[in-house]
Amino acid sequence: MRRFDLQQYVVYLGFLAIFLFFAITLSDDGFLTSRNLSNIVLQTAPATIMAIGLVFVLSAGEIDLSFGSIVAVSALSAAVVMQDHSMLAGILAGLGAGLAIGWFNGFLVAFLHLPSFLVTLATLGLFAGVARTMTDLRSIPVVNDGFTGFFGSGALAGVPSLVWWTLGAIIIGHIVYRESRFGAHVIATGDNPRAAQVSGIKVPRIRLAVLMISGGCAGLAGLLYAGRLQAAKYTLGESDLMTVIAAVIVGGTALNGGKGSVIGALVGSLLMGMLNNGLILMGLAVSDQMIVRGLIILTAVAVSLRDVNR
Amino acid sequence: MSGGNMMISEPVLELQNIHKAFGGVVAIEDFSLNLHAGEIVALVGDNGAGKSTLIKIVSGVHTPNSGTIMLDREQVSFADASVARSRGVEVVYQDLALADLQPVYMNMFLGRELVRPIGLLDRKKMLRETQQLVEELDVRIPSASAIIRDLSGGQRQGVAIARATHWAKKLILLDEPTAALGVAETAKVEKIVSALKERNIAVLIISHSLDQVFRISDRICVLRRGVQIGVRETAKTDKNEIVSMITGVN
Repeated sequence: MRRFDLQQYVVYLGFLAIFLFFAITLSDDGFLTSRNLSNIVLQTAPATIMAIGLVFVLSAGEIDLSFGSIVAVSALSAAVVMQDHSMLAGILAGLGAGLAIGWFNGFLVAFLHLPSFLVTLATLGLFAGVARTMTDLRSIPVVNDGFTGFFGSGALAGVPSLVWWTLGAIIIGHIVYRESRFGAHVIATGDNPRAAQVSGIKVPRIRLAVLMISGGCAGLAGLLYAGRLQAAKYTLGESDLMTVIAAVIVGGTALNGGKGSVIGALVGSLLMGMLNNGLILMGLAVSDQMIVRGLIILTAVAVSLRDVNR
Repeated sequence: MSGGNMMISEPVLELQNIHKAFGGVVAIEDFSLNLHAGEIVALVGDNGAGKSTLIKIVSGVHTPNSGTIMLDREQVSFADASVARSRGVEVVYQDLALADLQPVYMNMFLGRELVRPIGLLDRKKMLRETQQLVEELDVRIPSASAIIRDLSGGQRQGVAIARATHWAKKLILLDEPTAALGVAETAKVEKIVSALKERNIAVLIISHSLDQVFRISDRICVLRRGVQIGVRETAKTDKNEIVSMITGVN
């Protein structure tokens, strides 16, 4: 009796199809080299972390458009603090900034009942402005070796730290999302807020929590960017909005809530990273890359959502 | 005034002189009713008679301006719906309050999910208990892991009633359980409601269908414009009497 749920598998099929396509067409351009493949994973680490946060937000029936700006504010906060203080202070500043902005979003949505689309669209602009004024558009170098190793270029047991971060975040995210009561309440809230509420779930608290999770994830992504690039700038995270939303949707998370997948978001994020990488290796001009990427995302999202609109 | 003298058991629910007004508008004038375990009482009346308000008072959504509510002979005041629920009062809402994209077993435990000692969801146990309950109540669904969206209206209603049955220790309030259902599905749901008697649960049901009321209820309570017109034993009355009580026309 069970319907074949195309949405659940489209991301894996799409991943395989695009991988095979690039593997064949770009076999002479180094796509399949382990160096290139590991590069894809490292480059997508921050987007994957943001995507995990967004899975929670979308599943609860809300949206966060502001995480790109949170990334910049958080990276800059960490970098500025570390000019005079320890690595730990920098980490706390970065994560704290992310959580604080997430709380601000969540407070407006959960307790003032403003739509998250408008709130986070406004804070996207607001904190993009804050990021610009923080350092007068200047880039701040991150010279703390401990920090850059921990979040960027370091490795543990031969595995790059960015891979550890991705792995850790995916495992924790997946368990909280799929196996905890909190995760079940997030999904129920997005599915039917009234049902959730009459069942005793504190719906406003869930809404606040998911936007804080998204802010926290964006904060961590900011630290990863700062560690990897050994600098923070207001442009960090600016171009991730479409990529991350596409990764999450393609990964099987419903745009209107009630359904999602953290593992799917990881595969979706890797798919987007692979797409970027392959299009560059193909030698496409930046403008052509944007067009092709847009078209592919459109196709993938259309296929993913077909089932939902039924 | 209660017509429940055929019952020997102590009342599960006692409503005494309940009065509720919204601003200057009186919704419930002066309402008293006792409900016994295993008894089905139907609440009938025209639109705006105050039936839903009464259900909301018993479920803790509204607080009465005066009057007392007693559960098992103990006076209670419900600050909100979750308090009533913790005291064993369950409501099946008209819109069912089901999460459509989730499986049956997650709806059965919505907000009250079972967890293993390490704090993770115990899906197996929830599945097993759900499966057992839907079989006991004869709710015919493909499986306890079926998605609500894939079920028929009658099956969904069955799931909502099964959920209430699972958690209700004393009392289930049903608000128009068959309003949106066809004939066959209505019959199915009525069977499930009648089965609640055997579980010694008291049922207060709102229904617009007098045929249905006469099929399943033990007593009928009539409201008109917030005024309690009377309570009749179903076996000792007929439709004409109830209709004239509802409309006020002899």
